[in-house]
Formats: sequence, structure tokens, C-alpha cells
Amino acid sequence: MGQWAGYLQLILEGALVTIKLTLMGSVLALIMAFIAGLGRISRFRAVRALATTYIEFFRGTSIFVQLFWAYFVLPLFGFSLTPLQAGVLALGLNVGAYGAEVVRGAIKSIGREQYEACIALNFNRWQSLRHIILPQAFVLMLPTFGNNAIELLKASAVVSLISLSDMTFQAQVVRAQTGSTLMPFLTILVLYFLMSSVISAAIRGLERYLTRGLDGVRS
Amino acid sequence: MEWDWAFVIEILPTMIEGVKITILATLLGSVLAAIIGLGLAILRRSKNAFVSKPVGFLADFIRGTPLLVQLYFIFYVLPDAGITLSPLVAGVIGLGLHYGTYTAEVYRGGIDNVARGQWEAARACNLSAFQTWTRIILPQALPPMIPALANYFIAMFKETPLLSAITVLELMNQARSIANYNYRYIEPITLVGAFFLVISLVSVIALRWLERRYGRIEER
Repeated sequence: MGQWAGYLQLILEGALVTIKLTLMGSVLALIMAFIAGLGRISRFRAVRALATTYIEFFRGTSIFVQLFWAYFVLPLFGFSLTPLQAGVLALGLNVGAYGAEVVRGAIKSIGREQYEACIALNFNRWQSLRHIILPQAFVLMLPTFGNNAIELLKASAVVSLISLSDMTFQAQVVRAQTGSTLMPFLTILVLYFLMSSVISAAIRGLERYLTRGLDGVRS
Repeated sequence: MEWDWAFVIEILPTMIEGVKITILATLLGSVLAAIIGLGLAILRRSKNAFVSKPVGFLADFIRGTPLLVQLYFIFYVLPDAGITLSPLVAGVIGLGLHYGTYTAEVYRGGIDNVARGQWEAARACNLSAFQTWTRIILPQALPPMIPALANYFIAMFKETPLLSAITVLELMNQARSIANYNYRYIEPITLVGAFFLVISLVSVIALRWLERRYGRIEER
């Protein structure tokens, strides 16, 4: 039993890398989602075209291909990335593209009367977005953002293939060292499930916090 | 490093071999996901809590964990239990099982969308549970699900590169072996990306058509 403790520690070290990757990737994804999502509804055609290209490109190719491209092809253009940087970049840009559609959909779903009220109050575009539209739209985005964060956590397993020592990578190390397959893989499956449960619980909590006192007000 | 068209022409036949396996895996995986999803959705509706609760937990568990790890599990752990699968079969089972939990949600939404009166009418006509499902509920529930199901099959298609991790010789694996053999990454990896991008853009158009043809679940 003693040796398992050592191997378990190895897997937990990998879990830390996975958590770090998920957090940093989520932050980048959130930023990209708002930039591209707001870009999609911009007044300027060029901005809309740029945002659409970004979204279609990153949703159209798989995360795996993007990661390999970031890790193996970008250095040929002079951008050398560490595996962690490549992982955060690929995960953030990929999930950000999915998030952008969520941002756009939520903003579009806010009723016309809210925009008309902004005009009546003589708010400029930035003020109406900041004070009226986004606070309402953000609550609508939250559940899907939670799902996206879970997708990001799951996609982060792919970084083990560019030799970043995340949880999946460490499980492979344990498998290679012990020859045991059930223990490492079952352990990380349970850990991944725990992490995604934590994400969905956190999002539900945040949603409850942001909608407190709004029962019956929201349609 | 420069883009070399001669090298592209040279590696194209090998890449096309990979494309065949990628498409085969997607098709088989889609069929399996469609069947598993339907099974999960029906079992989850069971009145018996000893059936619906464990099935629900299993589906949530599979949906909350990475496909890559599930593939490793199927490919490395099952042989220890005496079940040895070829890489492609293991990959197709992994894809089918993983996306089956997603299609189960689509089925659930579609089934919930069938009006209550239809269930009651089936009951009034004294149809058995089997007849109710096959003659009344599914024929009404399935068409609006088609676009949503297709959406997940496209998502599955984009996940097939993961199969290279369990040594299936699909497109990504062919590209990686070419890259490692020739020390040239730019052409093979970019070609893989371009291939997926083209297929996805085409499938987005096809999806719009399906939505026009069959409608969307939310709108009905």
C-alpha cells in the first residue's frame, strides 16, 4: 500500500497542473469571449468580419490540432512557447470562440425595451452596455459558461500529448512504472469528475448570488 | 521554414489514408452514439429509481470526464479484464459512449417536447409501452432532434484526432508520423487543420439546411 501513496502524490501533482491550466485557460477564454462576442455585434463591418473569422476558425478545427499547431508550428515562425503557454493559449482561444457565441446570444436576447430605455435616459453605447445590458446578459451567460469551463477542463487532458505533466500525463507515467492500469486511470477519472462537479456547483452558486431578489422579475 | 508544395503533394496520399479512417471512425461513432443516447434517455426516464438514478449518475460521470482518459481506460484497462479490442474498435466505443451521453440530453429534450396529450391518448388506446414508444412518441420526437444530433456528430468528428493517442492511424496520427519522420511539422499539421476547417464550414451549411428542414427543438 505504501508505494501507492507515492504514485498518488505524483497524480496529485498532475492535478495541480490541470487546475492551473483550467484556471488560466478559463481567464483567457472569458476575455476572448467578450472581445469576440462584442466584436460580432459591432457597428463596424471590419470588426464583425474579424470576430467571425476568429470564431469560425477556432470552432472549425479541433483543439488537438490547434494545440499541435501552437506547439510545433509557431516556433517555426519565431514564437517559441513552453508547453504550458501553448496549452493555455490553445485552450483559451478555442473555448473563447465558443464563449463568444454565448456572449452574442445573451446580449441579443435582452429585450428591445431595455435599449429604448437606455436611449430615453440618454446613455451612450458604452454606458448602456456597461450598466443596463451586460448585467442582465451576464446572468444568462453563466450556465453555458459553466459548461464551457467543464469542456475546457476536459480538453486540458490533451496537453499530456505535448509532454506537459498534467493529470493524464502523470497517470501514463504511473502506468508505465507499475504496469497497473486500473488504479491510475480510475483515480484520474474520479478526480476529473470531482473537478467538473466543483465547477458546476460554483457556477450554480454564483448564479444564485447574482439573481438574488430577482425571483419573478426575470422572464 | 518555408511552405513546400512539392512536399505537400508527396505526403497527400498518406494523409488521404488517414482521412478514410477519420471518416470511418466518425460514422461508426455516430451510429453508436445515436443508439446509446436513445438507450440512456429511455432508461433515465424509468420510474424505477434503481434504474434511473445509476444510469443518470453514469451519464453525468462520462460527460464530466475527458474523452482522452476514457479512451485510455478502454484501451489499457479492459485488456486486463480479458477484453482486448483493436485500437479502432476501442476508439469507436469511446466516441460512441462519450457522445452518447450528449445525444441522450438531445433525446430527453425531444421526448419532453412531445405533448402530454399524446401519452394520454396512447394510454387511452390501450397501447403497450413498446407500441407507445415506437408508434406514437419517437416518430414525433425524432425529426426536431435531427439538427441537434448532427451538431454533436460534427463535434465528434473534430474530436477524432484524439484517437491517435491510442494508436489509431487516422489523419492526425498520419500527420504526426510524417512530421516526425521528415522533421517537417508545418505542412502536415496545417493540412490537418485546413481539412477540419473545410469540413466544418461545409457542415455548418448542411446544419443550417437541416434546421430549416426539420426545425429546431427550442422553437417548437
